[in-house]
Amino acid sequence: MACIEPGGALSPSGVDMLKAMKEPMTAIEIAALSSQPVFKVRSSMRELVDAGLVTTDGERYSITGKGKEAIQDQ
Amino acid sequence: MEEMKEVREMPSLPRLGAPAPQFEAVTTHGTLKLEDYKGSWLILFSHPADFTPVCTTEFIGFAEIYPQLKEMNTELLGLSIDSVYSHIAWVRNIKEKMGVDIPFPVIADLNKDVATKYGMVMPGESDTETSRCVFIIDDKQIIRAMIYYPLTTGRNMDEILRTMQALQATDKNGIATPANWRPGDKVIVPPPKTAEMADKRVGEGYECSDWYFCKKEL
Repeated sequence: MACIEPGGALSPSGVDMLKAMKEPMTAIEIAALSSQPVFKVRSSMRELVDAGLVTTDGERYSITGKGKEAIQDQ
Repeated sequence: MEEMKEVREMPSLPRLGAPAPQFEAVTTHGTLKLEDYKGSWLILFSHPADFTPVCTTEFIGFAEIYPQLKEMNTELLGLSIDSVYSHIAWVRNIKEKMGVDIPFPVIADLNKDVATKYGMVMPGESDTETSRCVFIIDDKQIIRAMIYYPLTTGRNMDEILRTMQALQATDKNGIATPANWRPGDKVIVPPPKTAEMADKRVGEGYECSDWYFCKKEL
């Protein structure tokens, strides 16, 4: 897993990406704001969508309420 | 008794100018798909095995050229037929013993899925290890260069970097590059394709040895 540990905890890069998502963004925009390479953002977004922390319209990604809760204390 | 025949499926090997075979693979940076790299150039390379000396020198070499590659919108992705735990342990060992951070992901291709798609296993050398293959894949996911080295010979990072520079110079400027070209050297103007254009070429201000062999500064 790129950004979610087997126990469900977010990795530091996963936290950085979620924190960067103040509004719906493309993978390239998230990469620029979180200092992660684009390939890693795309891979991580798949995991975060599967985990319900992020939604996507196919192009832009948005953090969900569950995603906001996940980074609340980070 | 019916003769038993072993049927081995031989996938067609990648070819220059063709779309790179798609894959999804477990790596040291999570599960990655080739399509995750769209928009970036990618150097996909295989090594025979973790915790081996020649491969260790190569990984250090790749890590050294990584900053230059990043400036060229190019990522690195390693591969061998080892587990992700082996890769993680080896990368940590390189950091601990040699002080070199390996910043790029490495595919754990235990089922040889990617190695088979890219023809990285050379049975004449080894059935269980990948040879030292390099695939340069452009930002549209087309295979632009392939380099193969045997198990015993470590790769030349300078040549990999030079090939990348040449390919990107070609795409940007519509030129070709001569033998041993380096950035800053003169480049080859594509030869004229008609007799009329050949007549015109010599007067076009290029440095020409003949109508088909002209160079220019970039």
